[in-house]
Amino acid sequence: MLIDFFLKLKSHKLPVSIKEYLTLLEAMGKGVIGPSVDDFYYLSRAALVKDEANFDKFDRAFAEFWEGVETIPGIEAQIPLEWLLKQVELTLTEEEKKQIEALGGWEKLMETLKQRLEEQKGRHQGGSKWIGTGGTSPFGAYGYNPEGIRIGQDRSRNRSAVKVWDQREYRNLDDSVELGTRNIKVALRRLRRFAREGAPDEFDLENTISSTARKAYLDIHMRPERRNTVKVLMLMDIGGTMDDHIKLAEELFSAAKTEFKHLEFYYFHNCLYDFVWKDNRRRHSERTRTWDLLHKYGHDYKVVFVGDATMSPYEILQPGGSIEYFNEEPGAVWIKRFMDVYPKCIWLNPEPEEIWGYRQSIQVLKELMNGRMYPTTLSGLERAMKVLAK
Amino acid sequence: MRFNGSDEYVSTDDLTLAVNAAIQLQRPLLVKGEPGTGKTMLAVQVAKALGVPLLEWHIKSTTKAQQGLYEYDAVSRLRDSQLGDPRVHDIHNYIVKGMLWQAFSADSPVVLLIDEVDKADIEFPNDLLRELDRMEFYVYETRELVKAKHRPIVFITSNNEKELPDAFLRRCFFHYIRFPDKETMEKIVGVHFPELKKTLLREAMDVFFEVREVPGLKKKPSTSELLDWLKLLLAEDIPTDALRSKDRKTIIPPLHGALLKNEQDVHLFERLVFMTRAKGA
Repeated sequence: MLIDFFLKLKSHKLPVSIKEYLTLLEAMGKGVIGPSVDDFYYLSRAALVKDEANFDKFDRAFAEFWEGVETIPGIEAQIPLEWLLKQVELTLTEEEKKQIEALGGWEKLMETLKQRLEEQKGRHQGGSKWIGTGGTSPFGAYGYNPEGIRIGQDRSRNRSAVKVWDQREYRNLDDSVELGTRNIKVALRRLRRFAREGAPDEFDLENTISSTARKAYLDIHMRPERRNTVKVLMLMDIGGTMDDHIKLAEELFSAAKTEFKHLEFYYFHNCLYDFVWKDNRRRHSERTRTWDLLHKYGHDYKVVFVGDATMSPYEILQPGGSIEYFNEEPGAVWIKRFMDVYPKCIWLNPEPEEIWGYRQSIQVLKELMNGRMYPTTLSGLERAMKVLAK
Repeated sequence: MRFNGSDEYVSTDDLTLAVNAAIQLQRPLLVKGEPGTGKTMLAVQVAKALGVPLLEWHIKSTTKAQQGLYEYDAVSRLRDSQLGDPRVHDIHNYIVKGMLWQAFSADSPVVLLIDEVDKADIEFPNDLLRELDRMEFYVYETRELVKAKHRPIVFITSNNEKELPDAFLRRCFFHYIRFPDKETMEKIVGVHFPELKKTLLREAMDVFFEVREVPGLKKKPSTSELLDWLKLLLAEDIPTDALRSKDRKTIIPPLHGALLKNEQDVHLFERLVFMTRAKGA
């Protein structure tokens, strides 16, 4: 039976492993919990789910699996009417009560409710007639009907298990982002070049021993710490169509920032022209000339463009094509200059690779980049880093 | 051994169960949650409730996994060799035991807290896989295998600054400390300030949850900040009326510095207060 449970979790795309499943069985075997579904819910969650972002998925899978077990048919039909009345009084304002009266009166509403309760056999979810959760019937919880009556989920609810996993409190945390910061960081790690530079502040054991042995007195050697000396210049497209990719760009940026000691970043809009900037709020007053970038950062820098490359081809190919001001030289010239100065130069594109072929501007830029444009998926990032690390 | 909360720590049912499962199965318990919801306190209180010693290993960004096992103090040995100290012949004298070793070699079970594991280097958890799974490690310098006499009860806390590797997660139980609701919060406050006046508590709680609901705050105030704030309110002897004045729009809660730790948040809050006042007038 529990194998089915395990498979159910798997089918809900929860990252559960056999080891965790065995842990759960071991815990059951040792009698960590009593024979209660509540306890089992908590135990299985602690053993199988390792990220609060997945709690919501787990709750849904659990509810689905235990539906037959926990919901004794008719359990909701046994709610005493007095309790319901009290509940309704608590939930409704004076105004709403008046509205209900106008709609046929309090008694009628209660009568219908009672009738429905009798008709209904089991727990119900969704739909527009039955009492349950998430529907539009006037009876039930989480409903949209303004004259709805809330059943359960009151303010001081007793915490029976069904309600706990029915609350789905972790809904907001659920994110199916494939590319977490950790993944990005691991991918960026390919781009490491360790070297010892700077102040000698680390004790060099081997050198000290061999030197002491040779000189016959204690000769202490220090050496600089080993650091990642790779230098990265990151140019990010900002605003406009990039707004759809803000989260990804942020993650990429934060991962890069912690991973590289020498990281320089600038923003541009749509395509690279004469100016870039560091602070988006002061983009018009504090700009840096692109020429200065080319002069300032040596050609050992690795250049990463981040942008969706989605624009009108004019913006790349024509002088004056920029949508912000009159640029004397087309963006293509600037891209070309970067390609000439920096042998390690790539473009990361958050748009899915499948649609690249349908956007002319992406094609143009990819050609300008000599094909070195990669999607911001894990595999794309890895390919990109391989090219940069070569 | 069973943990059932203590009179200094309010433990919810699911947390209690996760702790007991971890104790019985002798697996580490990974605790996550918003800052200030009592992750570190949990280990302290469990140790206290079970009456076993607590070993704390606080992780920093420079901490290496090896430091938790042992460190070989080559420098003192080198120095001693120069001075002709007889201790120099035994390498054991220069092996400094780390927290894990201490926990493994203890004569009775202990609680080991690995605090803020996410602060360390990204590979740190991977380096501890075998140690936490089999509770043993190998000392290369002395060629001995250190094995746990009693498997320690391990608590690991994380603030989610870095994601942890899957292989590491598979070996742990997991609990996410949810932000407590009003009821649990009242219990928590009751545990810390038993003599607090009911009225003051209620008003303060309203203000607190209101502040928490302000949209766009960078750092929402947490349990430990509420406790600090109440401490201040008590110390300053702020009258209940000051909190209650229903046109709360006109005032910012007294001593708000304890709740809002970020200049931008204070600005945002002031702006919102100002806006509601303008609307109300």
